[in-house]
Amino acid sequence: MSSRPYAAQRRALSVSEKLLEINWGLVLLIAVIATLGFAMLYSVAGGHFQPWALPQMIRFVVGLILLVAIAMVDLRVWMAAAYPLYGVALVLLFGVEIAGKMGLGAQRWIELGPLQLQPSELMKIALVLALARYLHGQSVEEVSRPLRLLIPLGMIAVPVVLVLLEPNLGTATILALDGTSLLFLAGLSWWWIAPTFAAVVGAVPLAWQHMHDYQKARVLTFLNPSSDALGAGWNISQAEIAIGSGGFAGKGFGQGTQSQLDFLPEKHTDFIYTSIGEEFGFIGSAGLLLLFALVIGFGIRIAMASRSQFGRLVAMGLTLNFFFYIMINAAMVMGLMPVVGIPMPLISYGGTAMLTVMVGFGLLMSVHVHRQVEIPRHSAGLM
Amino acid sequence: MPVFDRKDKSRYATFTRRTLLMTGAMGSVLAVLAGRLYQLQILEGEEFATRAEDNRVSERLIAPLRGRIVDRFGVELATNRKNYRVLLVPEQAAEGVDAALDTISRLIVLGEHDRERIKHDVAMNKKFVAVTVAENMSWEEFARVNLHLPYLSGMQPDVGETRSYPFGDEMSHILGYVSSVSEADKARDSDPLLDLPGFRIGKEGIEKAFDAEVRGTAGASRVEVNAYGRVIRELGFRPGIPGDDVWLTVDQQVQHYASECLGQESAACAVMDVANGDVLALVSTPGFDPNLFNVGISRTQWDALNDNDHKPMLNKVLQGAYPPGSTFKPAMAMAAMDNGLENLEVVCTGSLTLGNHEFHCWKKGGHGRLDLKGGIQHSCDVFFYTVAMHLGIDRMHDAAIKLGMGQPTGIELPHENGGFIPSAEWKMRKYHVPWQQGETLNTGIGQGYVLATPLQLCTVAARIASGNAVTPRITRVVGREAQQRPVLKRLDFSDKAFTTVQQGMGMVVNDPGGTAYAYRIAEPGYEMAGKTGTAQVRVITQAERESGVKKDTQLPWKLRDHGLFIAFAPVQAPRYACCVVVEHGALGHPQVQMARDILLFTQQRDPVKMQAAYPLNAAALDTNSGGANG
Repeated sequence: MSSRPYAAQRRALSVSEKLLEINWGLVLLIAVIATLGFAMLYSVAGGHFQPWALPQMIRFVVGLILLVAIAMVDLRVWMAAAYPLYGVALVLLFGVEIAGKMGLGAQRWIELGPLQLQPSELMKIALVLALARYLHGQSVEEVSRPLRLLIPLGMIAVPVVLVLLEPNLGTATILALDGTSLLFLAGLSWWWIAPTFAAVVGAVPLAWQHMHDYQKARVLTFLNPSSDALGAGWNISQAEIAIGSGGFAGKGFGQGTQSQLDFLPEKHTDFIYTSIGEEFGFIGSAGLLLLFALVIGFGIRIAMASRSQFGRLVAMGLTLNFFFYIMINAAMVMGLMPVVGIPMPLISYGGTAMLTVMVGFGLLMSVHVHRQVEIPRHSAGLM
Repeated sequence: MPVFDRKDKSRYATFTRRTLLMTGAMGSVLAVLAGRLYQLQILEGEEFATRAEDNRVSERLIAPLRGRIVDRFGVELATNRKNYRVLLVPEQAAEGVDAALDTISRLIVLGEHDRERIKHDVAMNKKFVAVTVAENMSWEEFARVNLHLPYLSGMQPDVGETRSYPFGDEMSHILGYVSSVSEADKARDSDPLLDLPGFRIGKEGIEKAFDAEVRGTAGASRVEVNAYGRVIRELGFRPGIPGDDVWLTVDQQVQHYASECLGQESAACAVMDVANGDVLALVSTPGFDPNLFNVGISRTQWDALNDNDHKPMLNKVLQGAYPPGSTFKPAMAMAAMDNGLENLEVVCTGSLTLGNHEFHCWKKGGHGRLDLKGGIQHSCDVFFYTVAMHLGIDRMHDAAIKLGMGQPTGIELPHENGGFIPSAEWKMRKYHVPWQQGETLNTGIGQGYVLATPLQLCTVAARIASGNAVTPRITRVVGREAQQRPVLKRLDFSDKAFTTVQQGMGMVVNDPGGTAYAYRIAEPGYEMAGKTGTAQVRVITQAERESGVKKDTQLPWKLRDHGLFIAFAPVQAPRYACCVVVEHGALGHPQVQMARDILLFTQQRDPVKMQAAYPLNAAALDTNSGGANG
């Protein structure tokens, strides 16, 4: 078993060893992408670090420290913390739901002093951890047993429904995709997958009836942007114009007329990818997709290299979560999907999103650092 | 060595397989996204680049300077003056729009109505769009605002251009006026300038007739705008092309003098150069102040103009049609001369009987024996009844038409009335009854169906005086182009006809016994010839005739007769023709007095200036256009 030298030694790594074990290549890649984000925030602010680029940089540095710290913590600790974390996230989700019901309107966050905590963002991490922990204890055969399947389905459904009620269609979609992907990776039988897929397709008309008017409007506008060229469709049209007008090489840094002259909605948050397309052209926007693909590649490699099912599922779940962000945001601004409020990870301005993504990478890195740790199927982590 | 869970092995295999599947799926999605980027940026990039440019660049029209209207010597009759304005940019008003208006209303008068309009404009526009607070301010007001500007946050002083008519109502019926653009104007004219806020177009007179020429061509400023329409910077500027100047034939001094002569009467006057038809003066009193329509006329002012029984808005010279009365007689005399009646002699006994109807002469007891010149001199009705009987309505009609009546003269002003000359054929067509000989007699003395505008009567005088088919023209040069004039044709009457009628008209004024002898011009060389006329406003009944016709003075103003007079001067070598009509003012012949004064003044204008100013060919254009650009 020479292929597993650390396991053979069966001893825990020291902190300095762990630091060396961190995949610094991935960290560098993340930093490069984030830097591109700072540059764009600087540009859309008309060539100023305020009000977006500088706070974003500070958050990134905090996020980076968080990433390394989280990576240092033994994977088994995270496994033990999975359920409690999920419980906390669920309580907070109920909290905003009740606050909303009490007449405060649609609210997606909880004020924690200077911080705004979005429980739905926290839930993305917690759901991946909790599902991974649960599925860690299930053999391939056990995953597909109906009664055993009820538990993970419930774990997915409850937060999805709560987030839908906020209402936050984008995040609910990502939660659902994260959860079902993990079930799939854990070996859920095709006998479950195929009929479910058919049922989902069949449920689309039903879902349509239960959508909010503004959600319906978004879908309709997406299907035919010119029907509402000066209203909701205007955003999509302007986003397409911005990306398209960038051409091959872009208009140049700080030269994007669409973003500089405010033709783009939410140019510093959800629609920042259009500014990249406008100022750096196909080279910039496709290049960013390539960088993202590299990050995803790193994530997949880390997942495949982990010796524990928990590690594999966590790594893959977080990688997919990252991917779904990119997919939905890019497809949205390019007019391939209805507009839902999903930021571009590492690029869009926003504190919670940045921290969530960095915490996710921290956990991914923890899986990487502790890839040789074997965790027995019925272990509950270190506790 | 721990037992590596066999079940874990199978899980690992499943996980690996499915991870590869998902990797493939993710790869496909990324490929689709990249493909979409390729489509947007490479395949359709140019089109989107154009659309981004369209978004960014906006063309703002700039109103060109309106061309001036000047008299024949270059005196500015319609020009542009500085319009001192104050604008408010709502977003710059630190303490809000209300506070800003409160502050400025301590410096300038701001009515409740103005405040409402301003607040409406503010509400209708984006907050960075400047809204007009006050315009056409006096220099004192403007200076006051500028002095206090540091305390007037959001207020912007601004100097624009606006139309100005320095001679006010004196020129109103020639120039017309400019006013704001109506929806109907926009439907007729696709010039984008009409959409410019505050743009003015010509609504009457020369301003209307030559609107296209004096308007000019819009300039444009290409500006970069953001998504809200705020101007970020100017990219390029194309100045507008100012409108053409219009040089009139009018002599402002003659116009002014004639206006003074007409005074407060409801009257019309035209003065024409008989050689070429140049209109030297065209006065209709009372006038109106054309500046009111540019600045914005109030309801009260508008009602006052429309309710006035002297009709200030009507250009009586070419829109007022009157029975010409005895001023029609020279035309009838021309017809007589041309139809073998040159030696006609008539004995006037005071009336003429046709069938069982008696036609009266204005002079009870009659004029006795008269030849044609005498008939004109004494304005004998019986003489012209006889002429009419001999000629018949159709020959009378043809002569009147030849002399310029019964159709618009074609002067370059809008809404010209064509007057009317009846014919047998017309009556049949219109009323389906034959023409009556009694109607011929009435027509012979300019009553009945005959209608003529003062301008037409002036044309008749000019044609008789010159023997040429002159038509009135009021513009000489537009921009750099001389206005085309019809080639003067000799009128189809014998020379003897012209000299005889000219002499007859000379006798009216200059021979004792002539109807206008009291008003002759005594200065040698300036003597005029003319013909008086009275147009009945009401029909005198037989009962009235028997009980004694009431004197005009006993009647209310509205029922009194119109006084008319046509004239030309000097009598030996005719140079100017004139027509004056005073509504309800026949008594005391004020119109003759006016015409005399006006004709004398016209002839006595500085001869040196005249020579320079009256060239009849296009050689003068060089000096004119030079002046126009100066």
